[in-house]
Amino acid sequence: MSSKLPSHIAPAATPGTPSRQPVYALVGNPNCGKSTLFNALTGLKQKVGNYPGVTVERKVGTAYTQHGHPLTLIDLPGTYSLAARSPDEAVTRDVLLGRRADTAMPDRIVCIVDATNLERNLYLVHQILDLGRPVILVLNMMDLARAAGLDIRVARLEKELGIPVIACEASKGTGIIDLKLAMSRPELPLSRHAWTVPAAIATAVSELQASLQDNDKKPPLIARAEALLLLTDQDSVRVAGSTPLSARTEEILRGWEKRWETEGTDWAGVLVNARYDAIGELTAEVVHTAGDLAAGPSASDRIDSVATHPVWGWVVLGSIMAVMFLSIFTFAGVPMGWIEGLMATVSGWVSALLPEGELHDLIIDGGLAGIEGVIIFLPQILILFLFIGLLESTGYMARAAFIMDRLMSKVGLNGRSFIPLLSSYACAIPGIMAARTIEQPKDRLVTILVAPFMSCSARLPVYLLLIAAIMPTDEVPIGTKVGLMLLMYALGTFGAFGFAWLFKKTLLRGAPPLMIMELPPYRLPRLRDVFMQMVERGGLFIKRAGTVIFALSVVLWFLASYPKVPDDQNDTDALAHSYAGRAGHVIEPAIAPLGFDWRIGIGLVQSLAAREVFNSAMSVIFAVEETGDEDADTGHLRDAIRAAERPDGTPLFTPLICLNLMIFYVFSMQCISTLAVVKRETNGWKWPLFQLGYMTGFAWLVCLGVYQVGTALGF
Amino acid sequence: MSALLKLSELAVNQSGTVREMPKAGVAFIRLREMGLMAGTPVRLVRVAPLGDPIEIKVRGYSLTLRKSEAAEILVEPAAAN
Repeated sequence: MSSKLPSHIAPAATPGTPSRQPVYALVGNPNCGKSTLFNALTGLKQKVGNYPGVTVERKVGTAYTQHGHPLTLIDLPGTYSLAARSPDEAVTRDVLLGRRADTAMPDRIVCIVDATNLERNLYLVHQILDLGRPVILVLNMMDLARAAGLDIRVARLEKELGIPVIACEASKGTGIIDLKLAMSRPELPLSRHAWTVPAAIATAVSELQASLQDNDKKPPLIARAEALLLLTDQDSVRVAGSTPLSARTEEILRGWEKRWETEGTDWAGVLVNARYDAIGELTAEVVHTAGDLAAGPSASDRIDSVATHPVWGWVVLGSIMAVMFLSIFTFAGVPMGWIEGLMATVSGWVSALLPEGELHDLIIDGGLAGIEGVIIFLPQILILFLFIGLLESTGYMARAAFIMDRLMSKVGLNGRSFIPLLSSYACAIPGIMAARTIEQPKDRLVTILVAPFMSCSARLPVYLLLIAAIMPTDEVPIGTKVGLMLLMYALGTFGAFGFAWLFKKTLLRGAPPLMIMELPPYRLPRLRDVFMQMVERGGLFIKRAGTVIFALSVVLWFLASYPKVPDDQNDTDALAHSYAGRAGHVIEPAIAPLGFDWRIGIGLVQSLAAREVFNSAMSVIFAVEETGDEDADTGHLRDAIRAAERPDGTPLFTPLICLNLMIFYVFSMQCISTLAVVKRETNGWKWPLFQLGYMTGFAWLVCLGVYQVGTALGF
Repeated sequence: MSALLKLSELAVNQSGTVREMPKAGVAFIRLREMGLMAGTPVRLVRVAPLGDPIEIKVRGYSLTLRKSEAAEILVEPAAAN
């Protein structure tokens, strides 16, 4: 049997016929080198987007055959099985089965496997061969397999399976030409690998297959593959864009399941065992163990005896996290300075071109400031994803999850949530974007919902100002100031974990998250792949969240600038007169029980652009002259707010108010940029609005308690 | 045949052969699909610093799972040597 590409897409398509590039899908287990191969085949010709309706990344690239014909290559999310457990895996399954309306069923499938771990990798291949599509099998990491003493007879495997099998080392580029040659073949043979469906389930499979053909209009081979899949795809993950089963098929399936349950038949187990038996027979023919394979622990085992050691494991984890965290904090500052400098220069040019006026203000204070508000996040995002890419491609990421799992399990999450939450101390935006590595959708959502509780770098200037206002002199030991600062970080952390626990108990209750995860062997990072992923993330952020952040920034600028007052007024009066200033008055009744007045209210409203804007809002309100010397300005601002009085002459910023204000900043959701990213990552406004409500509501309640108790105690 | 142990009860570096896997549950289907089934040899490699999860070697690769799942898998320990 062989399969020709349909004539209208064959490389030698006759002129006049509608030409469509042949579509190849690339599939494989996680950690088998799939991304490296994808990058090697497509180079920079990649497009990254989303599958409509789900937050699963869709990567499509263009590769060229040996004859220079373009072909479309879809990089499907890595999976161990077509029986999907996460939305990512469901997309892989649905694309291969032709269940997605937005993605045509691939013409051909390139299966990549890790040659050092053939048995487990072949399980997915075995499922895919059932689909009856032309498959090319790529044995990756052949060098590592040889080094491990495995002698894999490629020609024999090719003969047994009846499909092209390519030996390859994607990271070195060997075997790529052979693969391209195979991909260029106008005809590909279909696998002749035959295996027997176990008797216990054979009747059910035929019934399901018949129903899938008749009622779901599936072609015969796909129907058989789906019938088999239905038996292991329990609690099957349905995602938007995937077509549901017909009622009749569903009914047959439930009928059999009920029957098997009463008989005590382990139907899924029988099926998986039968596949592994068939794979075992194959590998017995094909793989020969040369030399003494099990001689001593592997390099990865030796590294892990330190990296996951009860004592040294923490030292390693702590050091890596400290370096990552400090890099985000410090290195990002430099390019952030450049961005600010660049934007100032651009503003200068625009100012020179445009006369003073509303258009001038709109472009400079609204538009350009909005653009700056977007790209200012890029350095932090790029650095974080550089680290995440390195941690993932070396294999350490899985170890960090392994070490932290127990702690995260206390609040109902798993070890995968650790990195996103930790990153959120720098900035919640890259942290929330990093939550994509969490498999289970509910765990991902909980992580996203609580991440902004982690005190980000934008809160730091606010904390510093308020701590200075509480303790202005140098007589107070520095330890007290640091202690107060750490208390704020601790409060946020407790808030995050407390709410994660609460959400997992109530709103987003689900099965306790599993921690079934491969610990891949340590490998040297592929810098090219890491770099490409980093750039991709930055681009995605700008494309997906940038527009919303930009629009909201312009709106906030408008609210702080309009309506205008007559020209002779100063900035302080202009702000007080604006919508934002009026909003301060409007919300005063709500924040008065917390001890805040309308002037603080303006600061809170303006903080929606970015929390540190509180400081500049206070500068404007209390008419602090800017001198250009930052330290002096901070000192002046501190003195100004210490001198601020309420109408009755009592000080506004008492220590209690300052403390309460800090607590408010710890808990409340005041960052529209984060909300924009959450909207993108959760596919709608429902969760960001919920987040805004619950965080700010909680902040209000805590601050109400602190202020009321504090005043009652006479502070 | 020696007495069956829970997979979570194996000592570090102790090997054994899986004898019983629970039938139901997404976790156990996935574990089977990743090659852990009755008859598969396993070795407990290490326990995470905080006591959970565990790392096992199965079919030549390292797999982690929590003790709660491992406690439902029965293994026949290999004869001590």
